[in-house]
Order: sequence, then C-alpha cells, then structure tokens
Amino acid sequence: MTRTYAVDPWVEKPLATFVDEAGARLALLMTPAGQVIAQHGFTRAVDVMAAAALGAGIVASTGEVAKLLDEPLFSVLNHQGERHGILLGGFDTPRGRMVCLAVYGPESSPGIVQLFFEEFSRDVRDACPAPEAPKQVLAADFERELNESLSALFRT
Amino acid sequence: MSGRFQGILDTITRVRGVRGAMIVACNDGLVVADSLMEGVRGNAVAALASSLIKHAANATAASGAGAPQFLHLQGSRGALLAVSGRSEILIVAVAEPSVNVGLVRLELIRAAEAVN
Repeated sequence: MTRTYAVDPWVEKPLATFVDEAGARLALLMTPAGQVIAQHGFTRAVDVMAAAALGAGIVASTGEVAKLLDEPLFSVLNHQGERHGILLGGFDTPRGRMVCLAVYGPESSPGIVQLFFEEFSRDVRDACPAPEAPKQVLAADFERELNESLSALFRT
Repeated sequence: MSGRFQGILDTITRVRGVRGAMIVACNDGLVVADSLMEGVRGNAVAALASSLIKHAANATAASGAGAPQFLHLQGSRGALLAVSGRSEILIVAVAEPSVNVGLVRLELIRAAEAVN
C-alpha cells in the first residue's frame, strides 16, 4: 500500500486527504527551495530529490516570468501529458511559502486536482503551527537533520 | 467570455429556476464559459460534474447503454443537469429543485448543438 510520509507530522493528514480526494498518484510538499516536507507515493529517495529539485526549478522560472510580466506569483501551473499530468501549486502558510507537486493519471483531471489543491492549501494553512525561532545552522547538525528527514520521509 | 458562449448560456439561464449554466471541458473538468448566480462554486461544479460523467460513462458502457448523453442529479435543495456534446464538451446547469427538468434538458441539448 502506498503511504504518505512527512517530516512534520501535522502535514501528513492534509496531504493524505488531498491525494485520496484528488486521485493523485504522487505528491510532494516542499519549500520553494526544494526542501521536502512530505511525500506520497515515492519509493526511492533519489526520485524525491529529483522531483523536488525540478519542481523548485520550475517554481523559480515561473516566478521570474511573473516578475517580467509585473504580476504577483503564479499560484498554479498545470501540465497535461498523454498518460500523466502534473500540478505545481504554491501557497503561503505561517511558516512561509510552500509548493505542492502532484502527479495524476487519467482517472483524475486538472479540474479535480486543482479543486482539491485549493482545499489542501487551506487545510495546511489551518494546521500549520506558528513558525519556530530561527536556529543557527551548524555543519555538524546538517547531515544528521538531513538523515532524519529522509528517514521520516521513507520510514527507514 | 465570448459573445457566442454568452448567448448560448443565456438561453439556459433564462429558464425559470436555473441558477447557473456552464460550458465545461469534459476531459479537464475546467470551465470554458459560465453564467452563474452568486454562491454557485463554478470551478467545483465543473470539476465534479465532469468526473461524474466519466464515472457514469463506465456504468453505461458496462450496461451496454453507450455513452451518457444526459445526466440529472436531484438533490434535496437543487438539481444538477448535464448534457454531453461532441468535442469533449459538457453543458451543465445548476437549478432549483422545482425547475422544469424537461425544458432545461431541451435547452442543454440545443446549447450542446450550438457549441458543436
């Protein structure tokens, strides 16, 4: 059975609900920098990291296009292929902006995924705790925190 | 919205009891054009109606009835009516419970033909 895993437990339920209702096959919640917060459906860490990096790259590119057009940030981007489609949507939370990458198949549709993405972003905003005080980033902690995050995302 | 679509939707919303009408891209579940009263969540109705038609298509195919042409979903506080057109287009109406279903169906079929 495919499971939803999250670095922060409060995000697990909203993501699982979104995946279930939207009929998404894969989903990734991350920061615009590509730091993964939660995932559903991925089985290999390398796939998560690649998807997060590519998603963050798309968000950065469309952000620059928005600047050129003198527009606020685009909220949702949708690409539809023959067998799969992707939705890449951003929203603000008390802990800063978050980005969701969802991959869906022909059993769903852009309209359905977009509809439930809006509900998902509201659920995440509501569930999101207040931001933590910024900590000093130490090189010694970096690898440990990275390993803890990967462990949480794959329950290894 | 283009004047052509507006005219097509107006013929549906003129029916007494109709609270809104939409042209929906059936595969995408996205709104092509709409004419809705306040309080009707067009995006949600479009996405869910197209999903409903897809599931209904599985049921009609399994029963040997062919592709669904008309869908009427009666709720306690209103009704959802939809007609599939060619070109993957769906014409959807949201109506009050007391609406003349036959008349709305006729206008939806005419609208689907006009869009095609």
